[in-house]
Amino acid sequence: MSLLEISHIRKNFEGLEVLKDISLRVEQGQVVAIIGPSGSGKSTLLRCCTGLETADGGTISYTGSFGLVFQNFNLFPHYSVLKNIMDAPLRVQKRPKKEVREQAESLLGKMGLSEKADAYPYQLSGGQQQRVSIARALALNPQILFFDEPTSALDPELTGEILKVIKELAAEHMTMVIVTHEMNFARNVADYIVFMDQGVIAEEGTPKELFHSANPRMQEFLRKFEEM
Amino acid sequence: MSLQTMIQELAAGMLVSVKIFVCTLVFSLPLGMVLCFGRMSKWWPVRILTKFYISVMRGTPLMLQLLVVYFGPFFIFGIKITPGYRLTATYIGFAINYAAYFAEIFRAGIESIPVGQYEAAKILGYSRGQTFLHIILPQMVKRVLPPVTNETITLVKDTSLAFALAVTEMFTTAKQIVAAESSMVPFIIAALFYYVFNLLVAMVSEALEKKLSYYR
Repeated sequence: MSLLEISHIRKNFEGLEVLKDISLRVEQGQVVAIIGPSGSGKSTLLRCCTGLETADGGTISYTGSFGLVFQNFNLFPHYSVLKNIMDAPLRVQKRPKKEVREQAESLLGKMGLSEKADAYPYQLSGGQQQRVSIARALALNPQILFFDEPTSALDPELTGEILKVIKELAAEHMTMVIVTHEMNFARNVADYIVFMDQGVIAEEGTPKELFHSANPRMQEFLRKFEEM
Repeated sequence: MSLQTMIQELAAGMLVSVKIFVCTLVFSLPLGMVLCFGRMSKWWPVRILTKFYISVMRGTPLMLQLLVVYFGPFFIFGIKITPGYRLTATYIGFAINYAAYFAEIFRAGIESIPVGQYEAAKILGYSRGQTFLHIILPQMVKRVLPPVTNETITLVKDTSLAFALAVTEMFTTAKQIVAAESSMVPFIIAALFYYVFNLLVAMVSEALEKKLSYYR
Protein backbone atom coordinates (compact mmCIF):
# COMPACT_ATOMS: atom_id res chain seq x y z
CA MET A 1 0.00 0.00 0.00
CA SER A 2 1.42 3.39 -0.85
CA LEU A 3 1.24 5.94 1.95
CA LEU A 4 2.43 8.91 -0.04
CA GLU A 5 2.01 9.67 -3.67
CA ILE A 6 3.60 12.73 -5.19
CA SER A 7 2.85 13.42 -8.80
CA HIS A 8 4.24 16.10 -11.08
CA ILE A 9 5.18 18.53 -8.33
CA ARG A 10 6.56 21.87 -9.43
CA LYS A 11 7.89 24.73 -7.33
CA ASN A 12 9.35 28.12 -8.24
CA PHE A 13 11.06 30.62 -5.98
CA GLU A 14 10.97 34.02 -7.66
CA GLY A 15 11.40 32.62 -11.13
CA LEU A 16 13.92 30.00 -10.09
CA GLU A 17 12.63 26.51 -10.82
CA VAL A 18 13.52 24.54 -7.71
CA LEU A 19 11.38 21.50 -8.41
CA LYS A 20 10.58 20.45 -11.96
CA ASP A 21 7.96 17.75 -12.30
CA ILE A 22 8.79 15.43 -9.42
CA SER A 23 6.86 12.19 -8.96
CA LEU A 24 7.45 9.69 -6.18
CA ARG A 25 5.61 6.95 -4.32
CA VAL A 26 6.37 5.81 -0.83
CA GLU A 27 5.09 2.38 0.20
CA GLN A 28 4.23 1.32 3.71
CA GLY A 29 7.31 0.23 5.65
CA GLN A 30 9.66 1.68 3.09
CA VAL A 31 12.67 3.78 3.99
CA VAL A 32 13.39 6.27 1.25
CA ALA A 33 16.56 8.35 1.27
CA ILE A 34 16.74 11.51 -0.80
CA ILE A 35 20.29 12.50 -1.67
CA GLY A 36 21.83 15.05 -3.97
CA PRO A 37 24.01 18.16 -4.03
CA SER A 38 23.09 21.38 -2.20
CA GLY A 39 20.44 23.32 -4.05
CA SER A 40 19.14 20.25 -5.85
CA GLY A 41 15.70 20.74 -4.30
CA LYS A 42 15.64 17.89 -1.78
CA SER A 43 14.70 20.01 1.21
CA THR A 44 12.13 21.93 -0.83
CA LEU A 45 10.55 18.64 -1.86
CA LEU A 46 10.29 17.65 1.79
CA ARG A 47 8.84 21.03 2.73
CA CYS A 48 6.24 20.67 -0.02
CA CYS A 49 5.35 17.17 1.19
CA THR A 50 4.84 18.42 4.76
CA GLY A 51 2.88 21.52 3.80
CA LEU A 52 5.52 24.02 4.94
CA GLU A 53 5.67 25.15 1.31
CA THR A 54 2.87 25.05 -1.21
CA ALA A 55 3.73 23.46 -4.52
CA ASP A 56 2.93 25.50 -7.63
CA GLY A 57 1.60 22.47 -9.44
CA GLY A 58 1.03 18.75 -9.13
CA THR A 59 -0.62 16.72 -6.39
CA ILE A 60 0.44 15.17 -3.11
CA SER A 61 -1.81 12.55 -1.57
CA TYR A 62 -1.45 10.86 1.77
CA THR A 63 -2.88 7.86 3.48
CA GLY A 64 -2.68 8.78 7.14
CA SER A 65 -0.68 11.35 9.05
CA PHE A 66 2.95 12.39 9.01
CA GLY A 67 5.61 13.80 11.30
CA LEU A 68 8.73 15.82 10.56
CA VAL A 69 12.12 15.94 12.22
CA PHE A 70 13.92 19.21 11.51
CA GLN A 71 17.56 19.86 10.85
CA ASN A 72 17.82 22.16 13.84
CA PHE A 73 15.34 20.32 16.07
CA ASN A 74 12.98 23.24 16.73
CA LEU A 75 12.12 22.01 20.19
CA PHE A 76 10.03 24.38 22.30
CA PRO A 77 12.61 25.95 24.64
CA HIS A 78 10.10 26.87 27.35
CA TYR A 79 8.83 23.29 27.69
CA SER A 80 10.60 20.50 29.52
CA VAL A 81 11.59 17.45 27.49
CA LEU A 82 8.52 15.55 28.69
CA LYS A 83 6.19 18.45 27.91
CA ASN A 84 7.71 18.87 24.45
CA ILE A 85 6.67 15.29 23.75
CA MET A 86 3.31 15.30 25.54
CA ASP A 87 1.91 18.69 24.62
CA ALA A 88 0.74 18.01 21.06
CA PRO A 89 -0.89 14.62 21.83
CA LEU A 90 -2.74 16.29 24.72
CA ARG A 91 -3.59 19.64 23.17
CA VAL A 92 -4.04 18.66 19.54
CA GLN A 93 -5.13 15.03 19.63
CA LYS A 94 -6.92 15.43 22.98
CA ARG A 95 -5.81 12.00 24.13
CA PRO A 96 -6.02 10.99 27.80
CA LYS A 97 -3.13 12.22 29.91
CA LYS A 98 -2.27 8.87 31.46
CA GLU A 99 -1.92 7.16 28.10
CA VAL A 100 0.13 10.03 26.63
CA ARG A 101 2.43 10.05 29.64
CA GLU A 102 3.08 6.34 29.42
CA GLN A 103 3.82 6.62 25.72
CA ALA A 104 6.12 9.63 26.23
CA GLU A 105 8.03 7.81 28.96
CA SER A 106 8.40 4.74 26.82
CA LEU A 107 9.60 6.83 23.86
CA LEU A 108 12.13 8.57 26.09
CA GLY A 109 13.33 5.18 27.27
CA LYS A 110 13.72 4.07 23.70
CA MET A 111 15.77 7.20 22.95
CA GLY A 112 17.92 6.54 26.03
CA LEU A 113 16.80 9.79 27.62
CA SER A 114 14.65 8.63 30.53
CA GLU A 115 16.68 10.61 33.05
CA LYS A 116 16.27 13.81 30.97
CA ALA A 117 12.46 13.98 31.18
CA ASP A 118 12.48 17.11 33.34
CA ALA A 119 15.41 18.83 31.64
CA TYR A 120 14.95 21.78 29.30
CA PRO A 121 16.22 21.72 25.70
CA TYR A 122 19.10 24.13 26.38
CA GLN A 123 20.50 21.66 28.89
CA LEU A 124 20.84 18.92 26.26
CA SER A 125 23.46 18.21 23.62
CA GLY A 126 22.47 18.54 19.98
CA GLY A 127 22.19 14.77 19.64
CA GLN A 128 19.94 14.56 22.68
CA GLN A 129 17.79 17.41 21.41
CA GLN A 130 17.38 15.67 18.09
CA ARG A 131 16.37 12.45 19.85
CA VAL A 132 13.76 14.37 21.82
CA SER A 133 12.45 15.86 18.59
CA ILE A 134 12.17 12.37 17.09
CA ALA A 135 10.25 11.25 20.18
CA ARG A 136 8.04 14.34 19.88
CA ALA A 137 7.23 13.45 16.27
CA LEU A 138 6.59 9.79 17.12
CA ALA A 139 4.25 10.65 20.00
CA LEU A 140 1.57 11.63 17.49
CA ASN A 141 1.73 8.13 15.98
CA PRO A 142 2.39 9.26 12.42
CA GLN A 143 2.17 6.86 9.50
CA ILE A 144 5.19 8.48 7.84
CA LEU A 145 8.13 10.22 9.42
CA PHE A 146 10.07 12.77 7.37
CA PHE A 147 13.61 13.75 8.28
CA ASP A 148 15.13 16.96 6.92
CA GLU A 149 18.90 16.47 7.15
CA PRO A 150 18.58 15.28 10.75
CA THR A 151 22.32 15.16 11.39
CA SER A 152 23.53 18.25 9.53
CA ALA A 153 23.60 20.43 12.64
CA LEU A 154 25.47 17.81 14.67
CA ASP A 155 29.11 16.94 15.35
CA PRO A 156 30.23 13.71 13.68
CA GLU A 157 30.30 11.90 17.01
CA LEU A 158 26.69 12.89 17.73
CA THR A 159 25.57 11.97 14.21
CA GLY A 160 26.02 8.30 15.03
CA GLU A 161 23.48 8.32 17.84
CA ILE A 162 20.79 9.75 15.56
CA LEU A 163 21.55 7.33 12.75
CA LYS A 164 21.29 4.49 15.26
CA VAL A 165 17.83 5.64 16.30
CA ILE A 166 16.70 5.86 12.67
CA LYS A 167 18.08 2.38 12.03
CA GLU A 168 16.09 1.03 14.97
CA LEU A 169 12.95 2.66 13.61
CA ALA A 170 13.64 1.10 10.21
CA ALA A 171 13.90 -2.29 11.89
CA GLU A 172 10.41 -1.69 13.29
CA HIS A 173 9.17 -0.99 9.74
CA MET A 174 8.49 2.66 10.33
CA THR A 175 7.85 4.35 6.99
CA MET A 176 10.44 7.09 6.60
CA VAL A 177 11.59 9.62 4.04
CA ILE A 178 15.03 10.96 4.87
CA VAL A 179 16.83 13.84 3.22
CA THR A 180 20.47 13.21 4.08
CA HIS A 181 24.10 13.86 3.28
CA GLU A 182 25.20 10.64 4.94
CA MET A 183 25.93 8.48 1.93
CA ASN A 184 26.94 5.36 3.80
CA PHE A 185 23.91 5.65 6.00
CA ALA A 186 21.61 5.99 2.99
CA ARG A 187 23.21 2.92 1.48
CA ASN A 188 22.83 0.84 4.64
CA VAL A 189 19.39 1.85 5.83
CA ALA A 190 17.32 2.89 2.81
CA ASP A 191 15.31 0.46 0.73
CA TYR A 192 15.09 3.02 -1.99
CA ILE A 193 17.27 5.99 -2.85
CA VAL A 194 16.28 9.05 -4.83
CA PHE A 195 19.09 11.12 -6.30
CA MET A 196 18.02 14.67 -7.02
CA ASP A 197 19.91 17.11 -9.18
CA GLN A 198 18.85 20.57 -10.37
CA GLY A 199 15.23 20.11 -9.42
CA VAL A 200 14.63 16.73 -10.99
CA ILE A 201 14.97 13.14 -9.88
CA ALA A 202 18.10 12.27 -11.83
CA GLU A 203 18.21 8.66 -10.70
CA GLU A 204 16.28 6.39 -8.37
CA GLY A 205 16.36 2.79 -7.31
CA THR A 206 17.62 0.40 -4.66
CA PRO A 207 20.94 1.32 -3.05
CA LYS A 208 22.65 -1.37 -5.09
CA GLU A 209 21.28 -0.03 -8.36
CA LEU A 210 22.08 3.54 -7.48
CA PHE A 211 25.61 3.14 -6.27
CA HIS A 212 26.45 1.27 -9.47
CA SER A 213 24.56 3.66 -11.69
CA ALA A 214 25.98 4.73 -15.02
CA ASN A 215 24.43 8.19 -14.69
CA PRO A 216 27.36 10.61 -15.01
CA ARG A 217 25.91 13.16 -12.53
CA MET A 218 25.39 10.41 -9.96
CA GLN A 219 28.92 9.13 -10.47
CA GLU A 220 30.35 12.60 -10.13
CA PHE A 221 28.36 13.15 -6.93
CA LEU A 222 29.53 9.85 -5.44
CA ARG A 223 33.13 10.58 -6.39
CA LYS A 224 32.99 13.84 -4.47
CA PHE A 225 31.90 11.96 -1.39
CA GLU A 226 34.63 9.41 -1.72
CA GLU A 227 37.21 12.18 -1.96
CA MET A 228 36.01 13.63 1.34
CA MET B 1 5.65 74.00 56.93
CA SER B 2 7.16 71.09 58.81
CA LEU B 3 9.01 68.31 57.04
CA GLN B 4 6.33 65.89 58.11
CA THR B 5 3.54 67.93 56.51
CA MET B 6 5.58 68.24 53.36
CA ILE B 7 6.05 64.51 53.15
CA GLN B 8 2.36 63.97 53.87
CA GLU B 9 1.27 66.30 51.10
CA LEU B 10 3.75 64.85 48.65
CA ALA B 11 2.61 61.34 49.57
CA ALA B 12 -0.97 62.37 48.76
CA GLY B 13 0.29 63.58 45.38
CA MET B 14 2.19 60.35 44.96
CA LEU B 15 -1.07 58.45 45.33
CA VAL B 16 -2.37 60.24 42.22
CA SER B 17 0.88 59.48 40.38
CA VAL B 18 0.57 55.81 41.29
CA LYS B 19 -3.04 55.79 40.09
CA ILE B 20 -1.97 57.20 36.71
CA PHE B 21 0.86 54.67 36.59
CA VAL B 22 -1.34 51.66 37.35
CA CYS B 23 -4.18 52.71 35.03
CA THR B 24 -1.75 53.33 32.19
CA LEU B 25 -0.18 49.91 32.54
CA VAL B 26 -3.51 48.10 32.92
CA PHE B 27 -4.91 49.64 29.74
CA SER B 28 -1.85 50.20 27.55
CA LEU B 29 -0.41 46.68 27.78
CA PRO B 30 -3.50 44.92 26.32
CA LEU B 31 -4.11 47.82 23.91
CA GLY B 32 -0.46 47.53 22.84
CA MET B 33 -1.02 43.84 22.08
CA VAL B 34 -4.07 44.69 19.95
CA LEU B 35 -2.11 47.38 18.09
CA CYS B 36 0.73 44.93 17.61
CA PHE B 37 -1.66 42.47 15.94
CA GLY B 38 -2.94 45.30 13.75
CA ARG B 39 0.60 46.29 12.85
CA MET B 40 1.32 42.68 11.81
CA SER B 41 -2.07 42.07 10.18
CA LYS B 42 -2.23 40.44 6.78
CA TRP B 43 -4.75 43.08 5.65
CA TRP B 44 -2.79 46.08 4.46
CA PRO B 45 -5.39 48.76 5.38
CA VAL B 46 -5.24 47.61 9.01
CA ARG B 47 -1.46 47.56 8.84
CA ILE B 48 -1.21 51.06 7.36
CA LEU B 49 -3.73 52.44 9.84
CA THR B 50 -1.95 51.07 12.92
CA LYS B 51 1.41 52.10 11.52
CA PHE B 52 0.09 55.67 11.11
CA TYR B 53 -1.40 55.63 14.62
CA ILE B 54 1.88 54.47 16.15
CA SER B 55 3.85 57.01 14.17
CA VAL B 56 1.63 59.88 15.37
CA MET B 57 1.66 58.70 18.99
CA ARG B 58 5.42 58.37 19.03
CA GLY B 59 6.07 61.44 16.92
CA THR B 60 4.17 64.04 18.95
CA PRO B 61 4.62 65.13 22.58
CA LEU B 62 2.64 63.28 25.21
CA MET B 63 1.75 66.63 26.80
CA LEU B 64 0.15 67.77 23.56
CA GLN B 65 -1.75 64.48 23.30
CA LEU B 66 -3.06 64.94 26.85
CA LEU B 67 -4.38 68.38 25.94
CA VAL B 68 -6.01 67.04 22.76
CA VAL B 69 -7.70 64.24 24.69
CA TYR B 70 -8.93 66.73 27.28
CA PHE B 71 -10.10 69.55 24.99
CA GLY B 72 -10.95 67.39 21.99
CA PRO B 73 -14.49 66.43 23.06
CA PHE B 74 -15.39 70.12 23.36
CA PHE B 75 -13.69 71.46 20.24
CA ILE B 76 -14.60 68.54 18.01
CA PHE B 77 -17.99 67.40 19.33
CA GLY B 78 -19.11 70.39 21.37
CA ILE B 79 -19.43 68.29 24.52
CA LYS B 80 -19.19 70.32 27.73
CA ILE B 81 -16.09 69.35 29.70
CA THR B 82 -16.39 68.90 33.46
CA PRO B 83 -13.38 69.21 35.79
CA GLY B 84 -13.95 65.57 36.74
CA TYR B 85 -12.90 64.63 33.24
CA ARG B 86 -9.33 65.80 33.87
CA LEU B 87 -8.12 62.62 35.55
CA THR B 88 -9.98 60.40 33.08
CA ALA B 89 -8.42 62.32 30.18
CA THR B 90 -5.02 61.78 31.79
CA TYR B 91 -5.61 58.03 31.96
CA ILE B 92 -6.80 57.89 28.35
CA GLY B 93 -3.94 60.07 27.06
CA PHE B 94 -1.29 58.02 28.82
CA ALA B 95 -2.83 54.68 27.82
CA ILE B 96 -3.11 55.44 24.11
CA ASN B 97 0.39 56.88 24.04
CA TYR B 98 2.13 54.06 25.88
CA ALA B 99 0.19 51.44 23.92
CA ALA B 100 1.97 52.64 20.77
CA TYR B 101 5.38 52.07 22.34
CA PHE B 102 4.37 48.70 23.77
CA ALA B 103 2.99 47.63 20.37
CA GLU B 104 6.38 48.09 18.77
CA ILE B 105 8.16 46.31 21.61
CA PHE B 106 5.75 43.37 21.32
CA ARG B 107 6.20 43.27 17.55
CA ALA B 108 9.97 43.13 17.93
CA GLY B 109 9.52 40.32 20.46
CA ILE B 110 7.24 38.28 18.22
CA GLU B 111 9.43 38.78 15.17
CA SER B 112 12.49 37.63 17.11
CA ILE B 113 11.02 34.14 17.61
CA PRO B 114 12.64 31.78 15.09
CA VAL B 115 10.37 30.72 12.23
CA GLY B 116 11.19 27.10 13.13
CA GLN B 117 8.95 27.43 16.19
CA TYR B 118 5.95 28.17 13.96
CA GLU B 119 6.90 25.38 11.59
CA ALA B 120 7.27 22.84 14.38
CA ALA B 121 3.90 23.88 15.81
CA LYS B 122 2.26 23.64 12.40
CA ILE B 123 3.61 20.15 11.75
CA LEU B 124 2.47 19.04 15.21
CA GLY B 125 -1.05 20.21 14.38
CA TYR B 126 -1.41 23.25 16.63
CA SER B 127 -3.97 25.78 15.44
CA ARG B 128 -2.83 29.35 14.83
CA GLY B 129 -4.37 30.45 18.13
CA GLN B 130 -2.76 27.60 20.06
CA THR B 131 0.59 28.34 18.44
CA PHE B 132 0.45 31.96 19.49
CA LEU B 133 -0.91 31.39 22.98
CA HIS B 134 1.19 28.42 24.03
CA ILE B 135 4.34 28.55 21.92
CA ILE B 136 5.02 32.14 20.84
CA LEU B 137 3.55 34.33 23.61
CA PRO B 138 5.46 32.78 26.55
CA GLN B 139 8.75 33.14 24.68
CA MET B 140 7.85 36.67 23.62
CA VAL B 141 7.09 37.75 27.20
CA LYS B 142 10.55 36.66 28.29
CA ARG B 143 12.21 38.57 25.47
CA VAL B 144 10.26 41.83 25.88
CA LEU B 145 10.64 42.06 29.64
CA PRO B 146 13.76 44.30 29.59
CA PRO B 147 12.39 46.87 27.08
CA VAL B 148 8.97 46.84 28.80
CA THR B 149 10.75 47.60 32.09
CA ASN B 150 12.48 50.51 30.40
CA GLU B 151 9.17 51.95 29.27
CA THR B 152 7.64 51.37 32.69
CA ILE B 153 10.44 53.32 34.37
CA THR B 154 9.94 56.15 31.90
CA LEU B 155 6.23 56.04 32.69
CA VAL B 156 6.86 56.59 36.41
CA LYS B 157 8.65 59.83 35.59
CA ASP B 158 6.20 60.81 32.84
CA THR B 159 3.29 60.85 35.29
CA SER B 160 4.51 64.36 36.19
CA LEU B 161 3.18 65.49 32.78
CA ALA B 162 -0.34 65.22 34.17
CA PHE B 163 0.17 68.76 35.47
CA ALA B 164 -0.71 69.86 31.92
CA LEU B 165 -4.33 69.00 32.76
CA ALA B 166 -4.01 70.53 36.23
CA VAL B 167 -4.04 67.14 37.89
CA THR B 168 -2.26 67.55 41.19
CA GLU B 169 0.05 64.59 41.09
CA MET B 170 3.16 64.50 43.21
CA PHE B 171 5.42 66.78 41.20
CA THR B 172 2.77 69.47 40.91
CA THR B 173 2.47 69.41 44.70
CA ALA B 174 6.24 69.62 45.04
CA LYS B 175 6.42 72.69 42.81
CA GLN B 176 3.62 74.38 44.77
CA ILE B 177 5.35 73.78 48.10
CA VAL B 178 8.69 74.95 46.70
CA ALA B 179 7.08 78.20 45.54
CA ALA B 180 5.20 78.76 48.78
CA GLU B 181 8.01 77.84 51.18
CA SER B 182 11.06 78.98 49.14
CA SER B 183 12.72 75.65 49.89
CA MET B 184 14.42 73.04 47.75
CA VAL B 185 13.50 70.25 50.16
CA PRO B 186 10.26 69.24 48.38
CA PHE B 187 12.23 68.63 45.18
CA ILE B 188 14.63 66.38 47.05
CA ILE B 189 11.74 64.47 48.59
CA ALA B 190 10.05 64.23 45.18
CA ALA B 191 13.26 62.86 43.64
CA LEU B 192 13.43 60.29 46.42
CA PHE B 193 9.81 59.27 45.85
CA TYR B 194 10.42 58.71 42.11
CA TYR B 195 13.68 56.93 42.75
CA VAL B 196 12.27 54.54 45.30
CA PHE B 197 9.25 53.82 43.09
CA ASN B 198 11.53 53.00 40.18
CA LEU B 199 13.69 50.88 42.43
CA LEU B 200 10.56 48.86 43.18
CA VAL B 201 9.73 48.61 39.45
CA ALA B 202 13.24 47.35 38.75
CA MET B 203 12.97 44.83 41.58
CA VAL B 204 9.69 43.45 40.28
CA SER B 205 11.17 43.21 36.80
CA GLU B 206 14.23 41.43 38.12
CA ALA B 207 12.06 38.96 40.01
CA LEU B 208 10.04 38.26 36.85
CA GLU B 209 13.20 37.80 34.81
CA LYS B 210 14.47 35.36 37.40
CA LYS B 211 11.19 33.48 37.33
CA LEU B 212 11.50 33.09 33.56
CA SER B 213 15.15 32.12 33.62
CA TYR B 214 14.36 28.40 33.87
CA TYR B 215 14.86 28.14 30.13
CA ARG B 216 16.96 29.81 27.47
